[in-house]
Amino acid sequence: MTEGRFHGTERYVATDDLMMAVNAAVTLGRPLLVKGEPGTGKTQLAEEVAFALNRPFIQWHIKSTVKAQQGLYEYDAVSRLRDSQLGEGRVHDISNYIVKGKLWEAFTADVQPVLLIDEIDKADIEFPNDLLLELDRMEFYVYETRQTVKAHHRPIIIITSNNEKELPDAFLRRCFFHYIRFPDKETMEQIVRVHYPDLKKRLLSEALEAFFEIREAPGLKKRPSTSELLDWIKLLVAEDIPPEALRGDQRKLIPPLYGALLKNEQDVHLFERLLFMSRRKKD
Amino acid sequence: MMTDFFFKLRKASIPVTLTEFLTLLEALHQRVTAHSVEEFYYLARAALIKDERHYDRFDQVFASHFKGLETLFDGLVGANVPLEWLRKLAELTLSEEDQQLIESMGGWEKLMETFAQRMAEQEGRHQGGNKWIGTAGTSPYGAYGYNPEGIRIGQDQSRHRRAVKVWDRREFRNLDDTVELGTRNIKVALRRLRRFAREGAAEELDLDDTIRSTARNAGWLDLKMVPERHNAVKVLLFLDVGGSMDDHVRACEELFSAARSEFKHLEYFYFHNMVYEGLWKDNRRRHTEKIDTLTVLHTFTRDYKLILVGDATMSPYEITYPGGSVEHFNPEAGDVWMSRLLAAWPRAIWLNPQSSNRWSYIPSIQMVRELMSDRMYPLTLEGLEQGIRALQQLR
Ligand SMILES: Nc1ncnc2c1ncn2[C@@H]1O[C@H](COP(=O)(O)OP(=O)(O)O)[C@@H](O)[C@H]1O
Ligand SMILES: [Mg+2]
Repeated sequence: MTEGRFHGTERYVATDDLMMAVNAAVTLGRPLLVKGEPGTGKTQLAEEVAFALNRPFIQWHIKSTVKAQQGLYEYDAVSRLRDSQLGEGRVHDISNYIVKGKLWEAFTADVQPVLLIDEIDKADIEFPNDLLLELDRMEFYVYETRQTVKAHHRPIIIITSNNEKELPDAFLRRCFFHYIRFPDKETMEQIVRVHYPDLKKRLLSEALEAFFEIREAPGLKKRPSTSELLDWIKLLVAEDIPPEALRGDQRKLIPPLYGALLKNEQDVHLFERLLFMSRRKKD
Repeated sequence: MMTDFFFKLRKASIPVTLTEFLTLLEALHQRVTAHSVEEFYYLARAALIKDERHYDRFDQVFASHFKGLETLFDGLVGANVPLEWLRKLAELTLSEEDQQLIESMGGWEKLMETFAQRMAEQEGRHQGGNKWIGTAGTSPYGAYGYNPEGIRIGQDQSRHRRAVKVWDRREFRNLDDTVELGTRNIKVALRRLRRFAREGAAEELDLDDTIRSTARNAGWLDLKMVPERHNAVKVLLFLDVGGSMDDHVRACEELFSAARSEFKHLEYFYFHNMVYEGLWKDNRRRHTEKIDTLTVLHTFTRDYKLILVGDATMSPYEITYPGGSVEHFNPEAGDVWMSRLLAAWPRAIWLNPQSSNRWSYIPSIQMVRELMSDRMYPLTLEGLEQGIRALQQLR
């Protein structure tokens, strides 16, 4: 029973609840919807599931202009119009102008693939509903060529959302759902460890301390996430910053190389002011 | 017991449907887990809950429902479960009559099948009316009355004495949208406001889509329209500052100042406890730079929507008597000013950061609520949503 199960990888730290959600979705062949603030590892999760289960990985990145139909196929009418003006012979076969989408690709893969539908909330609100039928039936019809595309294997579908839009109920009912909570200190420590296994213990613990302190600062517009922490640590190591420089009690100023953590000017000002006030209170 | 759990979730206003409940049963059937109560908890949550705002309520229902039943989940590895296990659970928690009913229906397998069928028929209706469901919950053994010592399914009794259960940690408390707005859920609140801001926008020509459709149409012009992106809604925001509101005012200000760029027309003013003849724009200079409320009344047109944010917690004198204000002498009473505001901007709501279960104990809140024709909402995500909906419906 453990075979074919996901337990995280050496590059990816999965919590127990996340593993359970992945394995339930894989076993029952239902899509898994993963939500969480940006940088909590949603996109990487899908890649790692594919890697761990040894499956091909197909990524469909959603933008605001993407339509559900594009995941199935597109009919390139413009090329055909142009070809007809030029008198090209291929113009007579409409299948020359059918462009396969990611769902088609996933349905016809040789082995069961992992299909990532990334940032589904970027699309129009109708988008998820428009995909329901195809995801339920695992097939769709191509009108132009009168063919039905059927899934050879039901793909493992992982869908991510940054919570920018609510998703329709009918769609949600069909998915397993997991919300990635922002990692606590221990989990974060593990995550940093998989990225920088040789990091000095003191530097790691001071960096985490400073990081969580900044994250807790009230009123930040963009709280730094895992990716910012990882970037920052990379810089600290590259610049050879000693752990002492990160100590809260010693620190008279904002932490070194904070630009990697606080990317917006207002946030930097706010944080400076908070530091200033808390120091005054102590003195 | 499982159906009972399902109904408790529904009772806690978590929108679980039978489809999802069946998914859970199916997952148990396919042995996605049967190892421990923690795993069962994770599985149930992933199958039943589709919104992190409901995690906390789920934790509470789970905690109360499965209290004392933890051992049942232990030591099940490799045994012929979960069907067997479900049956065991049922034996413990269903009355004899219930069990006979189940047998008469052909046992558990048959039951699950019937359940699936019924569900397909009832999809969308979600309520009971099903025989099986109808009898659930009538068991003489509640989750509480049950004595774990009596049963020996799992071997290791001590295993269920774990430190703190995951669901007891209440880690998702601040994601529940019925709690007050704070820095944590403010982003979601903001998104709701943005949606509000986009409402009512006109359509504009979608050039790309028009070209595409025209090409598809072999050159016949096919015009496509999309809703215009910018915002049409106009909002006047009156914020209560000072005194009892200090705790809450930051959350409100943060929320609306963040929403500011989204609204083409958003104006805000401060007041204290109740609106009287003067308002101010800069809270630090409230005593020197007052603006006449009358001027404001005449400046902003009727199509503005008025949102008052305040705890409405004060002495009733401040509402009903001239000179009742704690800060200055007001020639006219607060309720007089309120009725002027509501006549000028009939689309108005009041958002109250006080917890709504205390409203009925505070006379001034009752009075303000009456003045607002009941359009007072708690300053929670849910309240904000209800308030916005009310604003959109008011003509
Ligand atoms: N659990 C984790 N284990 C390992 N790395 C992680 C984890 N969570 C986040 N990261 C790292 O954080 C960064 C952002 O992850 P990403 O998947 O792009 O986040 P999201 O898609 O949620 O915005 C990546 O560099 C990723 O490696
Ligand atoms: Mg991503």
